[in-house]
Amino acid sequence: MNFETFTEFLLMGGHGLYVWLSYGVGFFIILLVYIQPVLARRSIIQELSQRLRREAQNKASDPKNAQERKVVAQEITGGNE
Amino acid sequence: MNWTWFYKLGSPKWFYETANKLLPWFLWAGVLMLVVGSVWGLVFAPEDYQQGNSFRIIYLHVPSAILAQSCYMMMAVAAIINLVWKMKLADMFIASAAPIGAAFTFLALFTGAVWGKPTWGTWWVWDARLTAMLVLLFLYFGVIALRSALDNIDLASRASAILVLVGVVNIPIIKYSVEWWNTLHQPATFTLTEKPAMPSEMWIPLLVMVIGMYCFFTAVALMRIKNEILLRERRTKWVQVIIAEEGKR
Repeated sequence: MNFETFTEFLLMGGHGLYVWLSYGVGFFIILLVYIQPVLARRSIIQELSQRLRREAQNKASDPKNAQERKVVAQEITGGNE
Repeated sequence: MNWTWFYKLGSPKWFYETANKLLPWFLWAGVLMLVVGSVWGLVFAPEDYQQGNSFRIIYLHVPSAILAQSCYMMMAVAAIINLVWKMKLADMFIASAAPIGAAFTFLALFTGAVWGKPTWGTWWVWDARLTAMLVLLFLYFGVIALRSALDNIDLASRASAILVLVGVVNIPIIKYSVEWWNTLHQPATFTLTEKPAMPSEMWIPLLVMVIGMYCFFTAVALMRIKNEILLRERRTKWVQVIIAEEGKR
């Protein structure tokens, strides 16, 4: 142990501000680098699972409706789809 | 030589599953070593006879600077692989590593400035080493900006690979700047050929921090690549199974 008392440890021989500022910002950045992909994963899964459910609903809906939708779409685009 | 591992890298599914297995090991090893190294460096390492306790910033500064540069070199290797073999995973690595590299370059610059104040009497000088590091930060920003500006994924992939390769010239400049020009910055702590100039009680915690930083980098890079895989392979059956399972929770 290089320090006699805890106060000495905090003061760092007069360089406390520099040392603790460095380590504070370092800790914050490392935390940020870790948290960012965790949050990103959460929103990716949420978004993709919503899309998946929507697609499943469309498929499950009446095939006759789907046929009608296709006809309407063809009329709008003039069959050039 | 057996090259099957290289071909396996072409399969995002294989990579995703392997990353899942490796991730906790790298993450916990990294966190453990970073904690042990910091405490060791802050509490137990002896103080420097010239710089006093401000030298303890080295335990954060050197590992993040080393990582900032080697992250770029890894991106350059990925860029070559991407341009030659068009491997999707290499491009995902570039996309994933650039923000991490930028964060650690910033940390190296910031801790360097804070360390410079008590040691050199100034936060910043336009010295070769410092300026080259700032250029590295802008290169990372450039890669991130280029990728977000281009919607076409193939174009973004090729353009960022080329940008990464052009920026590689900066890496030897950073490395040798302390030898080529007169600079305030002190020379490298670790070299492959010589023993460190500091006593072992000082450099062993530093080595622990460097290895810990690499493990942490690997873990967060794997997390980001996994996210990229989910997004880009969302049309495949196996990703839809994962999404359906995790989306229920």
